[in-house]
Amino acid sequence: MALDVKSPPARPAAPPRRAAPKLSRLRRDGLLLLLGVPGLLVILLFHYVPMLGNVIAFKDYQPFLGIWEAPWVGFENFRVIFNGDPAFLNALVNTLVISLVQIVFVFPVPIALALLLNSLAGPRVKRLAQSILYLPHFMSWVVVVAIFQHMLGNAGLLNTFLRGHDLATLPLLGNPDLFLALITSQVIWKDAGWGTIIFLAALSRVDPELYEASAMDGASKTRQLWHVTLPGIRGVIVLMLILKLGDVLTVGFEQIILQQGMVGTEVSEVLDTYVYTYGVVGGNWGVAAAVGLVKGLVGLVLVLGANKVAHLLGERGLYTK
Amino acid sequence: MIVRAVKGVVVAACCALVILPFLAVLSTSLADQAQVTATGGYVLWPDRPNLDAYRAILAGGVVTRALLVSIGVTVAGTLLSLTCVTLLAYSLSRPGSLLHRPILLTVLFTLLFAPGMIPMYLTIKQLGLLDSYWSLILPGLASGFQIIIMRAFFQEIPGELIDAARIDGAGELRILLRVVLPLSKAVIAVVGLFSAVAYWNAFFNAMLYLNDTEKWPLQLVLRTYVIDNSALGVDAADLSGGFLPPPQSMQMAILVLSLIPIAIVYPFLQKHFAKGILIGAVKG
Repeated sequence: MALDVKSPPARPAAPPRRAAPKLSRLRRDGLLLLLGVPGLLVILLFHYVPMLGNVIAFKDYQPFLGIWEAPWVGFENFRVIFNGDPAFLNALVNTLVISLVQIVFVFPVPIALALLLNSLAGPRVKRLAQSILYLPHFMSWVVVVAIFQHMLGNAGLLNTFLRGHDLATLPLLGNPDLFLALITSQVIWKDAGWGTIIFLAALSRVDPELYEASAMDGASKTRQLWHVTLPGIRGVIVLMLILKLGDVLTVGFEQIILQQGMVGTEVSEVLDTYVYTYGVVGGNWGVAAAVGLVKGLVGLVLVLGANKVAHLLGERGLYTK
Repeated sequence: MIVRAVKGVVVAACCALVILPFLAVLSTSLADQAQVTATGGYVLWPDRPNLDAYRAILAGGVVTRALLVSIGVTVAGTLLSLTCVTLLAYSLSRPGSLLHRPILLTVLFTLLFAPGMIPMYLTIKQLGLLDSYWSLILPGLASGFQIIIMRAFFQEIPGELIDAARIDGAGELRILLRVVLPLSKAVIAVVGLFSAVAYWNAFFNAMLYLNDTEKWPLQLVLRTYVIDNSALGVDAADLSGGFLPPPQSMQMAILVLSLIPIAIVYPFLQKHFAKGILIGAVKG
């Protein structure tokens, strides 16, 4: 997902484009520009206009007044953040805990799985396993949650089986203590397979000569893994970790909102659900917008910061300058 | 040898964890009342498979309507989105052209900063799109990520081809339609399929923008009847047999229905994983 903003090397045949004066450039590029208009309009209308709509974070918005008529209130709406409103703090802490747990327990799974798949003997077996493991990624969260419910729920397959054999049932769902484990395993089930795709690509680019050379020097398979394979995919691992870190304030919104009713908000309220519950449902538009705005800005700083760190570490990072 | 056997078993177990739930879902949707009662709810293999549950939910009720809504939104959304993305990506594929840099930055910034749910909701409201299917279609039409992927692909096309076409007197539009697009079928297919899957799977936008339950897409219906377990308003009198299939079967049948389009496009997507196009698309 590295976005190389830089253009490929200039075509040798093309004359230096910048030299042309504006008017002739307009004549030359006018149609090209026109082609981009529909897409650009959509982006302006559904990305930049809403971005301006963030002004309501500084207003006392009431639906009947409209955005522009609503009175300015300065940073009043941000008080829940700076004064540490308990409901907001709960959402913030839950978000960070879920993110951290997922970085520790979810992030390594696709790497391990990719190493495993990569070391499988037959290409056909590997292909088949990949086809199966990628599949859940294309399911919606509604489907994934429904499947978990019907497998692990109180009336689900597992507990029906246990009950049928006179064993104690396992209350895996609807249990606040297990919520974190539940959503983490759902993320693994849905996306661990798909996550391997990028690591498998990196693994295929590791120079086979390195393996031969290290084998010649007497390196065991384990040592090869440590000294050849892992260093070979380090760049991609760092990149994916950066993307993950830039997203620590965003945790599976759809996944959580679908299951919030079963466990209550104390363990399941995260920043995004807080914005939804307080804003759209509760009508505290200004406060919810303020929280959303701060979340977006902090996310922006995190991505840029993580990228900076990657550059300092000598990795390519999310984008190149 | 032992290591290899262990590896094989681990991979097989992972695959089973993915497949078994789908098998149970499909089997339950095909099971009859007797077996559902006997097993206490879910079955792993239907003894007397039948399509009663599908007949019941497709008899013209809530699910049928939602299915049509989802199909409409997905088809319209995918076609429009491919148009917007392809055109904008092409217009951004020539560095040095007029306004190239500012427009590119405008697109790139959308990847770094999302406007947030509340301003998004208010924008949709101000535009009068609440309770309109357009609220599900329009906001996702020009994904910055897809634009960048497609632009990267267009830039790989040898410049000589385009220059040759221009010397032959082809205009911009003709170059796009006759030279660039025919060479880009694969990336267009992949981006289109990803759009289609995203439109088909979206549920929260409908929850946010559509109050009118009559307009709900399939995912929202799935949530209401399968996750929240609301009773499905199917009238036994409307069915040919005059009796209702087991509720579990009907629930699982809705789930299967929502998976059918994914099952249809998946082999096509896969062909492209194999070719490595997606790897280029999500490259590191």
